[in-house]
Amino acid sequence: MILFEDVSHDYGGGPLFRDVSVRLDTGSFHFLTGPSGAGKSTFLKLCYGELLPSSGKVTLLNRDLRAMSRDQLAETRERIGVVHQDCQFLDHLSVEQNVGLPMTATGRPVKDSDISDLLGWVGLSAQADALPPTLSGGERQRAALARAIVSAPNVLLADEPTGNLDWEMSQRLMMLMIELNRMGTAVVIATHDLNLIRFAKAQVQARVMRISGRKLQLAGSEL
Amino acid sequence: MSTRAISGLVVPPKGHSVWLVTLSAAAMAFLAVFALALSVTSARLAASWAEALSQTATVRLASPPEEMELQTALVLDVLRTTPGIAEARVMELDEQAALLEAWLGPDLPLDALPLPRLIELTETREGPDRQGLRLRLAAEAPGAVYDDHTRWRRPLVQAATRLQAVALVALGLIGGVTAAIIALAASAALSSNGQVIRVLRLVGARDRFIALAFMRRITRRALLGATGGTALGMAALLALPEMDAAVPVLAGIGFQGWSWALPLAIPPLAALLAWMASMATAFRVLRGVT
Repeated sequence: MILFEDVSHDYGGGPLFRDVSVRLDTGSFHFLTGPSGAGKSTFLKLCYGELLPSSGKVTLLNRDLRAMSRDQLAETRERIGVVHQDCQFLDHLSVEQNVGLPMTATGRPVKDSDISDLLGWVGLSAQADALPPTLSGGERQRAALARAIVSAPNVLLADEPTGNLDWEMSQRLMMLMIELNRMGTAVVIATHDLNLIRFAKAQVQARVMRISGRKLQLAGSEL
Repeated sequence: MSTRAISGLVVPPKGHSVWLVTLSAAAMAFLAVFALALSVTSARLAASWAEALSQTATVRLASPPEEMELQTALVLDVLRTTPGIAEARVMELDEQAALLEAWLGPDLPLDALPLPRLIELTETREGPDRQGLRLRLAAEAPGAVYDDHTRWRRPLVQAATRLQAVALVALGLIGGVTAAIIALAASAALSSNGQVIRVLRLVGARDRFIALAFMRRITRRALLGATGGTALGMAALLALPEMDAAVPVLAGIGFQGWSWALPLAIPPLAALLAWMASMATAFRVLRGVT
């Protein structure tokens, strides 16, 4: 599904990580950890083609990232849900419109009731008509997660998706991602939250990847 | 919500670039109305001057006073027997005085001046054999000079034609400047909406969808601005003071009859220009965004 082969990335000040080879299969569940600045967000950006690797090969959904046309990249992203650390919304559209955007902007039909159900799941029913700038940090993260999963993607990439949430809501969102994973979605979550990782590992077979010393290390099943 | 409906919403409704498009389209449409009016007027002038003088001519007869009547009769006889001459008429003295009044004043003692006699000709559509007529007149009445007005008409028609060309160049320049301004505004709109573009690319929107969203917004604004500018331009033309015969060259600047429909083409043309300029800009800018 997502394949890294000897991938290195360099922003110009030396490689952030190098010779990373990893395979993220259908239905897999991975956590990505590591110190701040180690390259977790960069790794995720490579996973949805926002960045091209400095060297090596990235294959997204059976397509070589470098060889993809812009339309092919967009088509690939239709099947990848992304929760950004800074969320990123269209601030002049309502939460409901933002959540439905992956469907409406790509010409796929979406039922209002589906979006309402999803907003209910992430606890944002009351904020459906609100504008994103009026939401709290936690509400923005929940809305971003709802937008990322509205299209039932093949891959879900989430960068600190529970950073601003209380434990109860974090568990609830984690359960949502686990349910999605059980339906076949590959999930990659970058997080520092060890409790969250333990919670998830109790529910699903998750592997932990750690970026450290410019290398990606794949931990065993035990944390 | 449909794709088309969301496409109309994804670009934020506010922004300086949007006003730049509206105002520049309005200003350019206003100027385009005047350039078009100048073009139409000069074309009309060229046609009317060419038409007005094309089937008239004059025979100027200079002769000693005692031979004037005889010579006049000879000339008239030649003219009446020349194919292509519909009518020949000796101009009255007061008509000649009226012609000279503009240069020499109203108190002109015509009888004290050795003025030539003028014979006004109206030609048929085919006209006479001019060279043959000149030769016949030279033979029958050596003081008669046939003048078909070509030397007066040609520079007038040339001037009007050049004026029309200048107006068309002005129209082209206005179109070019409008396209450039709209392209700049589109570029500014796209640059100031980097977040919108990033989010749309993130959720899988194609460049075509994103570009169309901006193109629709910019084209709609250009159409709105150009409609306002055109309406103002037409109103300003209507409000121009009437030029009387004292300023014949300026008389009738503007549109007449069906030509009033011409400026109505400016708003759709401006919209088309905006569509093409914003499309080129949008796809160029989007190529720089992953």
